[in-house]
Amino acid sequence: MCLGIPGRVVEKHEQEGLLMGVVDFGGVRRTACLAYLPEIEIGEYTIIHAGFGISRLDEDEARQTLELLAELGEAEALAQVDVNDRGEVVSPAVGAEGRQAGV
Amino acid sequence: MKYLEEFRDPKAVRELAVRIAAKATRPWVLMEICGGQTHTIVKQGLDRLLPESVEFVHGPGCPVCVTPLEQIDRAIAIARRPEVTFCSFGDMLRVPGSDTDLLEVKSAGGDVRIVYSPLDALALAQKRPDRQVVFFAVGFETTAPANAMAVAQAKRLGVENFSVLVSHVLVPPAILTLLASPTNRVQAFLAAGHVCTVMGYTEYEPIAAKYHVPIVVTGFEPTDILEGVLAAVTQLEEGRAEVENAYARSVTRQGNQPAQSLIREVFQVTDRKWRGLGSIPSSGLSLSEAYRDFDAELRFDVLDVRAEEPAACRAGEVLMGTLRPNACEAFGTLCTPEHPLGAPMVSSEGACAAYYRYGRTAPGGTAP
Repeated sequence: MCLGIPGRVVEKHEQEGLLMGVVDFGGVRRTACLAYLPEIEIGEYTIIHAGFGISRLDEDEARQTLELLAELGEAEALAQVDVNDRGEVVSPAVGAEGRQAGV
Repeated sequence: MKYLEEFRDPKAVRELAVRIAAKATRPWVLMEICGGQTHTIVKQGLDRLLPESVEFVHGPGCPVCVTPLEQIDRAIAIARRPEVTFCSFGDMLRVPGSDTDLLEVKSAGGDVRIVYSPLDALALAQKRPDRQVVFFAVGFETTAPANAMAVAQAKRLGVENFSVLVSHVLVPPAILTLLASPTNRVQAFLAAGHVCTVMGYTEYEPIAAKYHVPIVVTGFEPTDILEGVLAAVTQLEEGRAEVENAYARSVTRQGNQPAQSLIREVFQVTDRKWRGLGSIPSSGLSLSEAYRDFDAELRFDVLDVRAEEPAACRAGEVLMGTLRPNACEAFGTLCTPEHPLGAPMVSSEGACAAYYRYGRTAPGGTAP
């Protein structure tokens, strides 16, 4: 229900007094209401929920997290730790879902 | 897609699991509030990747699951009216009411439609002034800005044939109810990232302090969830109980202020009944006085529709995190997604549906 999908704002316009926009989700484009993000610029990322932009994605914060993840990935590769000693989890299964969901 | 795949890197997931295992010296019980997070955890097997000492219990953050039976019955009563076009998010259509569901109303000729946004329902009302268009406004704080805007626009544009059946609920009162319960085992919470995107996290600070529980604002992808777990376990091991933001690319401490401002204008805080949990004071939203003309409960006079929850469904215990879905006697036998006894088996975010869908059929009180 609280599905939120990150997308890039590619166009802004006004419709019946509301700030609307076209948002690109990896090639798929949809119209969304951007009234809650009055400062968002074309080219920036937002999380869209129920047709509304709810956050202006902080690209600095995202980059910091991604750098941390890259370090974690390297650490894992160096350690070559098989954490899955119970043989239950197959790593390629991680990340197949094409959406974000949540409250 | 950018900002999705990067947060699913299997190597980072494994390394995070190693770090959590290294950090956890004692057994800890964590609750993820949000049903979307529950699905990621069960689908990706994140719970199986963690050491046995770190246990996930699944929370009540599935709006479809907690919408009470009588609200479904009210929706059905409204949707059956010949002048009504009833619009809803898709998840609500198969939730069982007392004797039918919205999908059956549709099959029987009712005008029931699935919409992606409440603004789509409003546009429909503008296009069809001869119809009464009703939107089923369910959800947590994440969805409240969208629903508030649809009502505010209807008022501003004078769309009189539009109304909303409101069943909005709030996360912090549910956390307080869980913490106050004598059966509570939860020692730390992963707070729902998109609820906090809208509301910020200042509301959680007094809860963390009063009950001495770490609350970590957490995102929805596998690495997001494990980062949240690592932060929570670190706090538990160090004896700290703070609100921490592990989803900073979307969440700020103050949240989305324009959204909060419209929520406060269109809605007011009210007592709400939660399916399985009973009535919780100040745990939901209803339309404020200024927007009462758009209240479908009043417009279609359904407030006297009352219903009791079915005894066979133990959804309340599942939603409180005291019963694991596959430990329920009805799980996978009397209750399946095709023939659900209760909402947690229906919703794409329900814990029972997650266990069923991803093969967690082994019974038992702990994760198989």
